[in-house]
Amino acid sequence: MAIVSIEKLCKEYQLGTFTVPALRDMDLTFEEGEYAAIMGPSGSGKSTLLNVLGCLDRPTSGRYFLGDRDVSNLSDDELSYIRGQRIGFIFQSYNLIPQLNIIENIEVPMFYQGWPEGKSEQKARQLADMVGLSDRLKHRPFELSGGQQQRVAIARALANDPLIILADEPTGNLDTESGKDILKLLNSLCEQGKTLIVVTHDAGVGQRAERIIHLLDGRIERIEKNGRHRPEKVETHAQIPPVET
Amino acid sequence: MFWFRLKRTVKLGGKSLWMHRLRSTLTTLGIVFGVCSVIAMLAIGQGASQEAQAAIAKLGSTNVIVKTVKPPATQTITAETESLSQYGLTYDDAESFRETIPNVQVVVPLFRMTEQAWYRMRKAQMDIVGTVPWYPEVAPVHLLRGRFLTAQDMEYRRNVCVVDEQVADQLFIVDDPLGRDIKVKGAYYQVVGVVTSIGATSLGSEDAANMIASDTHASGLIGNVYICLTTFKNIFGETQVQYPGTTRTTERVELQEVTVKVGSIDQIPITQQILESILDRTHTKKDYQVVVPFELLRQARKSKRIYTIVLSSIAAISLLVGGIGIMNIMLASVSERTREIGIRRAMGAKRRDIIFQFLSETVMLTLSGGLLGIIIGILIPYFVTHYSNMPTVVTPLSLILAFGISGAVGIIFGLYPAYRAAHMDPIESLRHE
Repeated sequence: MAIVSIEKLCKEYQLGTFTVPALRDMDLTFEEGEYAAIMGPSGSGKSTLLNVLGCLDRPTSGRYFLGDRDVSNLSDDELSYIRGQRIGFIFQSYNLIPQLNIIENIEVPMFYQGWPEGKSEQKARQLADMVGLSDRLKHRPFELSGGQQQRVAIARALANDPLIILADEPTGNLDTESGKDILKLLNSLCEQGKTLIVVTHDAGVGQRAERIIHLLDGRIERIEKNGRHRPEKVETHAQIPPVET
Repeated sequence: MFWFRLKRTVKLGGKSLWMHRLRSTLTTLGIVFGVCSVIAMLAIGQGASQEAQAAIAKLGSTNVIVKTVKPPATQTITAETESLSQYGLTYDDAESFRETIPNVQVVVPLFRMTEQAWYRMRKAQMDIVGTVPWYPEVAPVHLLRGRFLTAQDMEYRRNVCVVDEQVADQLFIVDDPLGRDIKVKGAYYQVVGVVTSIGATSLGSEDAANMIASDTHASGLIGNVYICLTTFKNIFGETQVQYPGTTRTTERVELQEVTVKVGSIDQIPITQQILESILDRTHTKKDYQVVVPFELLRQARKSKRIYTIVLSSIAAISLLVGGIGIMNIMLASVSERTREIGIRRAMGAKRRDIIFQFLSETVMLTLSGGLLGIIIGILIPYFVTHYSNMPTVVTPLSLILAFGISGAVGIIFGLYPAYRAAHMDPIESLRHE
């Protein structure tokens, strides 16, 4: 079942008198539980596509269905709500809030969805435990390594049980070792049935995905199917194998 | 739901402010100084005005007081090396007040002199007040022990006196003053009663400000010894000889002060008119002054109103300056935390969530500034009273007002930075370094 589908999606930017097309007539669908990678050179429209998919930006024309809902023309408040409820973000530079500790950082999306404090804290502890950071709950982001920060960000992205998780160069700021750990963690999310869309430059990262969408000049250049066997959707929330630090 | 959000937002705001402790503290200083100076000045002003009003009230609002004033020197007098100048109110004046003024209740003549008073080996400067037995009707003295002066004392010119608590404390210390003798200028007076201190009723100046100054000097500093006017004149005579320089001046003054008490405040203006017309006829020199406590009270209230207006404008300006400072810092804080705003927006924060967050931070900043200002503002009057004996009154209203205004300043000057924060583009904010 397609969880994300975009039809004839266009996004244009106005630069003075010029209109710069960033995405042109794009049609694309993502299946539930899919692990997809979006690749392409700079200026190919990766970031724009991610922003539109993440409901941070509205398309100029075309339609965007997220789950059962057309989100292409929602108001700012509605988009905020959708982001908080249906989308999990993982950024290249982690983007944790420096004055909050780990638990509070994971709680941020739940806070804006109005979860009661006790419930959200409990959930945040579970998630921290899942990403292997249960002993660092009261630490602040700057006290953690890059890999650990990114794991906090992943826990945060999972907080509201989103429909899709969008990752923008999740290993871009990490050394190879921690990068591998993070990719393993992302893999395991996929095995749990989460839908994951990763934007990356790194062919190594892309190779882990089932499908690689190559963009060029705002168009889909080609779609590469990865032979990897897609695991059956796992219903139970199995414990993710611990990640070495 | 709202309270939960408020609690979390306040907690978060506290963390953010705590992260920049120095900046937050410096930012609030404007509000702190604004609030504390307003409270302190109000307290001092209120204290001074209450004291002034109390001092005036002591004079009696239904009294009209006529005082002897030394007239400006004329050439004829300065030409002489030795002169006898006679001026001031006379017994006849007092008598004519009593007879001609309608509704007059009592007329109290008075003569006062500051002298050394002795009790055994102790001495102290005292105001010796020669007056009449019905003096307590125009002045707020209350008999504590014994009796006041009587008509018999007056008639027989007895050497008896009534002292106030101040004298009892200074001169007798632990001894019981009743029945003891005190010595003034070689004559002994037996103490027959003790009354409460009122400070001085002397009111020699034209305006209220001077009156307050002279009154604070007198209040509690010099005790009063009341003796009969007849006795007083018997001992001291009618003339006073002074040696201000090489020349000797002799003055003859019959009465220093005559207090006329009327039935009600409404009768004061007419009484004042009559008094002045009587005195105009008999006194060619302007050697008297009419003091109306009620009039002074009105002036005191008026000047207090002006004081309050001036003070509120100063307060408004200082809070405005403080508020602008806070807005400035909040704008800096917003642009510094652009990325945080972007993250929160991506995590589902609506614009109003961001507004709420920054607004509550600003209000927390100003409220804590206000609170600190209130504490300092209470301490300042306390120390002023403690070290300079100036009375101060901190009114609860001024505290509530100060707290409310600092909250309002937070909302007013926090709105724009919060609005700016909320209307940032989430994508741009996330890219912000």
